[in-house]
Amino acid sequence: MAIAAPSSAIGASTRPGGSAALAAEQLSIFYGEKEAVKKVDLSFARGSVTALIGPSGCGKSTFLRSLNRMNDTIAGASAKGSIWLDGEDINAPGTDVVSLRQRIGMVWQKPNPFYKSIYENVAFGPRYHGVRNKRELDEIVESCLRRTALWDETKDRLNQSALALSGGQQQRLCIARALSVQPEILLMDEPASALDPVSTSKIEELISELKQEYCIVIVTHNMGQAARVSDKTAFFYMGNLIEHNETNVIFTNPEKKQTDDYISGRFG
Amino acid sequence: MKATLDPARPGSEGAEPTSRAEASSEPRAEASPASAAPSGGTPPRPTARRKSRSGGEWFGKTYTLICVAVLIVTIFSIVYFVASKGLSTFFVNGVSLKEFLFGTKWAPDGEPQSFGALPFITGSFVTSILAACISAPLAFCAAIFMTELMPKFGKRVMQPVIELLAGIPSVVYGFVGLTVIVPFFRAIFPGQGLGLAAGAVVLSIMILPTITTIATDAMSNLPRGLKEGSYALGATRWQTISRSILPAVIPSMLTGVVLGIARAFGEALAVQMVIGNAPHIPSSLFESASTLTSVITLSMGNTIMGQVQNNVLWSLALVLLVMTFVFVAIVRVLERRSLR
Repeated sequence: MAIAAPSSAIGASTRPGGSAALAAEQLSIFYGEKEAVKKVDLSFARGSVTALIGPSGCGKSTFLRSLNRMNDTIAGASAKGSIWLDGEDINAPGTDVVSLRQRIGMVWQKPNPFYKSIYENVAFGPRYHGVRNKRELDEIVESCLRRTALWDETKDRLNQSALALSGGQQQRLCIARALSVQPEILLMDEPASALDPVSTSKIEELISELKQEYCIVIVTHNMGQAARVSDKTAFFYMGNLIEHNETNVIFTNPEKKQTDDYISGRFG
Repeated sequence: MKATLDPARPGSEGAEPTSRAEASSEPRAEASPASAAPSGGTPPRPTARRKSRSGGEWFGKTYTLICVAVLIVTIFSIVYFVASKGLSTFFVNGVSLKEFLFGTKWAPDGEPQSFGALPFITGSFVTSILAACISAPLAFCAAIFMTELMPKFGKRVMQPVIELLAGIPSVVYGFVGLTVIVPFFRAIFPGQGLGLAAGAVVLSIMILPTITTIATDAMSNLPRGLKEGSYALGATRWQTISRSILPAVIPSMLTGVVLGIARAFGEALAVQMVIGNAPHIPSSLFESASTLTSVITLSMGNTIMGQVQNNVLWSLALVLLVMTFVFVAIVRVLERRSLR
């Protein structure tokens, strides 16, 4: 893994590695009466990838979605506890979720490009955050597409519909779109589970590259993927955070028996 | 799981029936086909059952085929009937097609007779397009409100209300138009109040449910990820609606508008009650006018089958029919484009 990206040096100087970029404190999430996530304490460091693993319905996706307040869009969902971003509780009622979501980008399981051209998909976010200059937009689009290794594949057809791309290309476009507003944190909800192995490995390479600059949180059902891309792993079960540690510790020498059982495929 | 798969121990079969049931039936059938057959795992189908099944298949196929045949025959005979009657105006009675389509004088009983249908054609187009212009913005906003802003209220209150609107008989619309809208126009604009504007307003309310329902369906059928993707980029709700949802549903919305225009084009009774029925091209929206449908319903009873006065009404009906086909074709094109 080569650390070559020039911007990573800047990132390293302004953001001390190791300090938490984002931290959940006693975070509980309810769907109506049901407590889907139970008092979770979890922090994510800058320049690292954290994998959230656990059986379906264990609350890991719900937890992820609450980190940029996407659960607000679901009727009946509510969150208790705090989420700290730069010393600010973003779970507090007065938070400006619009600017918050600009700082915390998100990528979904199913690629969800807008019904627009490839160019417009990437330019969508920056436009809303005040970039009107065409040349500036062009630069953002090109750099984001380059970051996601999509530029060479799409540079001749930027004005074509994004829906005409393959699934893997659409997903990389969605990542490019998330990068376009220059977030600090990237949340990924099973970003490769709907893709073929080749596209999956491309996404994984991309994650390894992006973590130089971003704090990445990824939900995955693929144990191999968690082991390959993440620095830290958190195991969720029935809404509880069971164990959180360095990935190699979780996968080789977990503390809790439940974690060991899940990783070795004995349940879930 | 391994233990339950073991076929070598017949004793265990009765001993643990529950764990057996939990295991999927397929590996069991593979492991011991002989023991699986009587218990009904995947036994070969009895021939009698297969026969009755294929009988049902045959019946279903024939029945649906008959239904389709009836539909097709009905549609084609209507088209044939209207076309043969309508075209005989030109081929039997010798009315010139040019005069019919572009003539502005309508005097079927006059001396000399004159069959210019342009006033009705323009009347129909102006009222329906005007109606769509009034109705479409209302319908789109209602759809946005019902799906994005207040989905609960929208589903519980507004949707039933709008569906109710579709169920009101057209004579009621016409009556309300005649007693409310016509006097209103008469009070503020010169003229009798009867005219294209009154017709368009009445029609716009009648086609509101069509456009709203189609727009609402299109918006609620959008993939959820689309909205989330926009929100996650820090777009506000309005930005999300205007820039990410609306572009995705525009083809469907246009389909709704075209279907609305088609419905307005074919509506007869309500329009006839408020439009004034003067067979000329009006110079203002508040002047009495006619549409294709209104002139057909008004004149049909006064003509004798086979005469030119009757045939020319069929020609008007043919124009309506052709326009309907055109609208359907437009909808088809729009749908195909939205799939892309």
